[in-house]
This record gives sequence, C-alpha cells and structure tokens, in this order.
Amino acid sequence: MSPIVKLLAQRIALSLLLLLLISIVIFAGTIVLPGDVAQSILGQSATPEALANLRAELGVNDPPVQRYFAWLFGAMQGDLGTALTSGQDIAQALSSRFWNTLFLAFWAAVVAVPLAIFLGLLAVRFKDRWPDKMISAVTLASISIPEFLIGYVLMYFIAVQLRWFPSVAMVNDNMSLFEKLNAIALPIAVLTLVVLAHMMRMTRAAILNVMQSAYIETAELKGLNAFQVIYRHAFPNAIAPIVNVVMLNLAYLVVGVVVIEVVFVYPGMGQYLVDHVSKRDVPVVQACGLIFAAVYIGLNMIADIVAILSNPRLRHPK
Amino acid sequence: MNRHMQYLASQAAAGKLSRRDFLGKAAALGFTAVSANLLLSTAAKAAGPQKGGTIRLGLQGGSTTDSLDPALVTNTVGLMVTRLWGETLVELADDGGIEGKLAESYEASADAKTWTFKLRSGVTYSNGQSVTADDVVKTMERHSGEDTKSGALGIMRGIKDVRAEGDSVVFELDSPNADLPYLLADYHLIIQPNGGNDDPAAAIGTGPYIMKSSDMGVRFVAEKNPNYWGDLGNADTVEIIVINDDTARVAALQSGQVDVIDRVPPRTAKLVDRAPNITVHSTSAAGHYVFIMHCNTAPFDNNDVRMALKYGINRQEMVDKILNGYGTVGNDTPINASYPMYTELEQRQFDPDKAMHHLKKAGHDGSILLRTSDNSFPGAPDASALFQQSLSSAGIQLDVKREPNDGYWSEVWNAKPFCTSYWGGRPTQDQMFTTAYLSTADWNDTRFNNEQFDQMLVAARGELDVAKRTQMYADMSTILRDEGGLICPMFNDFVEATTDKVDGFVEGIPGQVLMNGYAASKLWVKA
Repeated sequence: MSPIVKLLAQRIALSLLLLLLISIVIFAGTIVLPGDVAQSILGQSATPEALANLRAELGVNDPPVQRYFAWLFGAMQGDLGTALTSGQDIAQALSSRFWNTLFLAFWAAVVAVPLAIFLGLLAVRFKDRWPDKMISAVTLASISIPEFLIGYVLMYFIAVQLRWFPSVAMVNDNMSLFEKLNAIALPIAVLTLVVLAHMMRMTRAAILNVMQSAYIETAELKGLNAFQVIYRHAFPNAIAPIVNVVMLNLAYLVVGVVVIEVVFVYPGMGQYLVDHVSKRDVPVVQACGLIFAAVYIGLNMIADIVAILSNPRLRHPK
Repeated sequence: MNRHMQYLASQAAAGKLSRRDFLGKAAALGFTAVSANLLLSTAAKAAGPQKGGTIRLGLQGGSTTDSLDPALVTNTVGLMVTRLWGETLVELADDGGIEGKLAESYEASADAKTWTFKLRSGVTYSNGQSVTADDVVKTMERHSGEDTKSGALGIMRGIKDVRAEGDSVVFELDSPNADLPYLLADYHLIIQPNGGNDDPAAAIGTGPYIMKSSDMGVRFVAEKNPNYWGDLGNADTVEIIVINDDTARVAALQSGQVDVIDRVPPRTAKLVDRAPNITVHSTSAAGHYVFIMHCNTAPFDNNDVRMALKYGINRQEMVDKILNGYGTVGNDTPINASYPMYTELEQRQFDPDKAMHHLKKAGHDGSILLRTSDNSFPGAPDASALFQQSLSSAGIQLDVKREPNDGYWSEVWNAKPFCTSYWGGRPTQDQMFTTAYLSTADWNDTRFNNEQFDQMLVAARGELDVAKRTQMYADMSTILRDEGGLICPMFNDFVEATTDKVDGFVEGIPGQVLMNGYAASKLWVKA
C-alpha cells in the first residue's frame, strides 16, 4: 500500500473514531443536564397533573446505556428519533433547516473565501505599505466587533434607511433563487465580515513564510514579476495552512451562525437548536450536536486530506 | 359644492371612483390636492373596513417546538394563529361582556349551576363538516380528561358534566359559578371536529381563515375562509412571521416588511413612534410585574416584614424607569381597572418611615434575599436594584441574587421564598384569585392561606347580585393588599405598533394583547 493511501485511511478512521467518542460525550452531556423536560415544555403554566402526565408519556426513565445504543444505531440508519415537544420526526424537520443553513453558509463562503484569499495576496504584494495596512485594519476591526452589532448596524443603514435589502431573511420553497439571495444579502454580508480577517491574515502569513525560501529568490532572479512569483511558486506551497483555516471558517459558517440566524430571523439549524435547548428537547439537541460535530470533523478531515495531497513528499514517495 | 365633494370622496373610498379620477374632479371643483387627500383619508376611515390585501404581522414568542394543537398553546404567536383558524363557544366583547361565537345564546339556571349553550346553526368546519353539539362535548372532554396536557385544565376542573341536548350543550357544575362564560372564552377551548381527538394539530376549525402553511416558530400563512359565517376577516391573506429579537422586529416594521408588531420595547417605543409612517399603540392591561413572598416561610411569615417591604417600594419610580411610562402603578393586589366589578382602593405610597416602623415591630434582623432573572419580567434585575435602593433609605438591606433564565420557572418561581415574576391578566377577579390566591391553588405562588378569603371567593362565585359581588371583590382585594405576599408595583401596558399601510387598530378589550388576539382579522389594509 502506498503511504498516501495508508495516511488517508488512517485519517478517515481517526475521524470516525472521534465522531463516535463525541456521540458518547453528547449523549452523556445531555443526560446530566439539570432541569426537567416536562417542566420546560409546560413552562410557568405547569400543573402537577399535567407534569406527571407528560413525564410518563415522554418515557424519560429508561436506563441511559440502553438509550444510548438505541439512539446510536438509529442515528446510523438516519433515524434521529422524534422530537419530545412537537412529536415531529427529527430527521425530516432537521433536513430543511440543515439545507437552509448550508445554503447560507455556501453563499457566504462563495463571497468570503475568494475575497479573503485575494485580499491576502494583495496584502503580500504590497507588504507593509498602505494597502496592506488598510486591509489588515479593516478586516481586524470587523472581526473584533460582535457579529450581532454588525448585523444591527447593517440592518439600520441598509434595510431601514436605504431599503436596499430586507432586514428579515425569511426564505421559503416558493421563492426563486434570486429572491432567496436578495433575502439573505445582509446575513451574507455580516458573515463575510466576520470570517474575512482570519482567512486573510492566514493567507498573508503563510505566503510570507514561503516567500523567505531560496526558491522564491531564484524565481525573482529569473525575472518573474511579483504576482507571478506569488501565484506560481508561493501560493501552491502555502495551500495546506490556507485550506486549514478556510475549512475552519467554513465549519464556523455552518455551526456558529446561531446569533446571525436569530438577528435576521433566518430559519436555519441554529435557531432550531436554541429553541429545543430551552425546552430541554434532548433528542433534538443530540441530533443537532451530532450533525454539527460531523460537519466540523468532516471539514477538518478534508483540510487534512488536502494538506496530505498537496505535499509533494507524500505524493511522490521514494 | 362641499356636499358634492363628500359624495365623491365616499365613492372613491368605496372604490367606485379611482383615486386619480377623484383628485381630478376635486381639482375641477377648486379643491387643492392636499385638502382633497385629507378628505379622502377621512372618508376612508368612515367607510370602515376595506376588504382584500395581505396583512403581515411580526410577532414575538413563537418557537420551533410549538404545536398547532390549541390545548398546547402557550404564547402570543400560538394565540394569534389559533384565532385565525378556530373559534371558541363564546368570546369577550369589547365592552367587557360576553358575545356568542359558535354558541348563539346561553342561559344559566337560577343557582348558576346548570348552563345551556345553544349552538349557531349551519356553521361548518373548513373541511366541510357541520359543527355538532357532540363536537363541543368531545372538545370539553379532551381538555379536561385525566391525561390531558391542556393549558385549560385548571379552569375545566369545576365542570362536573357536559352533555349534548339537540343543538344545545349543557354544562353541570360542582358549585355555582356566575363566570362560566368567561371561562369558556379561554383561547385553548377551540371547538374541533370530534373534539380534536383524531388529529388535534390539524388546524381544522370554524375560524375566519384557513391555514395554508405552518412552519412552527418561523412563519404562518392563512387565507380567507370563503364559507365563514360571521363578518370577521378583512384581508385576503394573513402572514405571521416569528421575530423574537426586539431590534429585528422593530427594524422589520420600520423597513416595511411587516405591518404590525407586538411588544415594542418600552425603552425605544417613543423613538419608534416618531417615524411618520408608524403608530405606537399602548393598551392598558391586567398583566403585572411582581415581587412574590411566601407567606409561610420565615421571615415572610410575619406580616410586619411583608408590610415593611410593601412600604419600601417606590411604585411610580418603577413605572417611570422600568416601563418608561408605559404602565400604571400597582397596589399590591392583582386587580386593576381592567377588571369588571372593580373598586378603587386607597393607593399605597412609598413610605420609608412606615417601612422602618413595621420592620422594627417584626424584630427582623439582617438582610433579605431576593432572587431575580432577566426572563422573570423585562427589566427585572433593574427593578430589583431600584427596590434595593428604595429599601436602603428605610434602613432595610436587600441582597439581590441573579438566577439564570434557564430553569427559572422550575427552580426559583413557586419554589424559593422571595423572587421576581410576572402575571398575565385574567378576564375576571374570580379567575385571577382562583388561579393564584386560593389556598389550594396550584399556582398559589405566595403561599397565601386565608380561610376568610377562600370562603368569600366561593361565595362571590355563586353571587348573581352584581353590587354585592363588587363589594366582596373589594374586600378580598383589601385582604390581599394588607396581608398577602404579593408586592405589585406596576401593571405593564401592551405596547404594539402598526404602519400606515393598515388601519382599524382599536384598544379593544382592556388587558388583552393585540385586540384580544383578533388584530389579524379585524385590521384592514388601506386601499
């Protein structure tokens, strides 16, 4: 077996093992949470009879280990159980939410990733001169401001004052792609501002690091201009760290947009998760946790694989 | 000439004359465009509700965990959606009385123990089935059964038996209750085919609208029910969008994405009202923000400690700073002018000397612990800090402990001896007292145990003489004010807002949210 296939197999096996361990942590964590599902569902208006009735119906008294394995095998077959609060099938309810979240993350990534890499290259080209400093200042400022504040500011100026884009990012199946993109324009803008700095700075640092190498000097000496040097020689060698940070940010776009979803009333997974956490709907919280973990691990695995594949020493073993 | 103009304006308002034609004719008669427009808008209001169009509401309080089952409705969004597709037997009227919905008329026996509701004939559900007395009986059974999860269970307890008699439904009560129609107006008690036993969340009812799409906690769309028996429902389409974030909800109204919002934050309500196309409506209400003490737990088991705390709170300051003026001062009873049969009691004032006097008399030493959280009512931690200051001027030390929102209603409220909380109003004194101040009530969150009070409550319930009953409720309020565990500094208004796209907002029944939940069907889109 070539070392590269072995490495990849190892990487994937490790990811699966990690996911399994996380499923145990998620399950154990939601079991030991304080509070009572029935009380949370009924809220302030709970009477003792209604509470007792609901608790019996929810069957929250089986042994945990038995429940874990039942849940795990179900999840492997795509059956995430039913929500305690609404009685809906979780997989079905989650899938549309998950696609909405991916839709937003995808378009945010389409805008943010090329922009970040381009700005990073630009910053390297004009290192320590005013474009570099300005790009850094603006992106670092935007990552330092809390995202909900950026959301409110954009909402006030762009939605309320200028009325260019709607402040409520409500999408549904009857809308055309253009209508949907119009609806999510503001959340995309906010997400782009939030993830831009990290990717841009990493691109800049990784390429600058490579630029110290002897072969860059050679490339310069053979007469290539600065952009060609960066594009042809520096960038390919800096791909691994860049992909790593890009994947990290993509994962953030999927799992970390709860606040943005609430502010812009976007029907994604974050809002769905928060509602169910506050109602102690354990099966839904577990399902969301598992999916978020899978996305995170999956994207990081892809980053590792890209890093392996882009490393010539691994691609061409002796 | 003026009369001719008014005729033209009414024609234009009724849609028989286009706006452009009207303005042209007005100009020919020598009217300026401004005065002609003014005349037109006055005529539009006088012409009454316009039919057609879409009304969009941005509301707080929905969650993805909600259900369309009316038994499980707990929030404003659920109430508004239920009001679209379903109806109760009777409903509160704007004058505080009762009007028939699915029941055309009702009558009580002389002892107020047997009530007969005659059903309106020829009413059908949105699936075409006719409404029968049996459906009503099944509905009541579903909400009062042993294993029900209905939010109306508490008010169904006093009903011994429900049976169908032809096109009438007869309720037999355990004990006399002059308020039964008020209880049956509860929004959970929507009449459903076969009582909703087949599919409680099917949203099939007799309401003015039919649900077209329901995405829990996100968005609801309903269209006019063409076969609706009554005259409710002006817009062709109603869209309810759940916007839980305060800032986002106000922004959605300002940017014209919705026409109506609820819960405008009092802090910013005056700023919102300043916009030319937005009107903020403030409805005085029976809901109140409270500090509750357990009357059976030291040190609150001593009435002098309770009185000390009641004299040590500055009510007007709370209304000004916590509600920003959108509310009225409380008087340590849950009853205010929103209730029928209300008698004004002498207002208790902030009096540090009396507070000090009562505390000395009680011989209490040391500090008192108050628990609070953000979700116990908006601004509760701030209100607790104000309370702490006003008490310190009476030499009483109050320690405030901030509890997490999560689990507040299960771990703190109705469990710890002194905490902040809120109450929504009830339509009658009897319901409010029965829910929370009867010594055996499930939600007796002040652990108030007063035999005389309990006896008066039962006696008043069966009393059909209004003057006597009014006096009894005044006496009961006095007992609560002077002996109870409730510190009620303020009643909060409902603050709601509409854009100039819609018209017809009236305060309606005092103490009810969004025109008693009928804003979606009673407002109209301006032509």
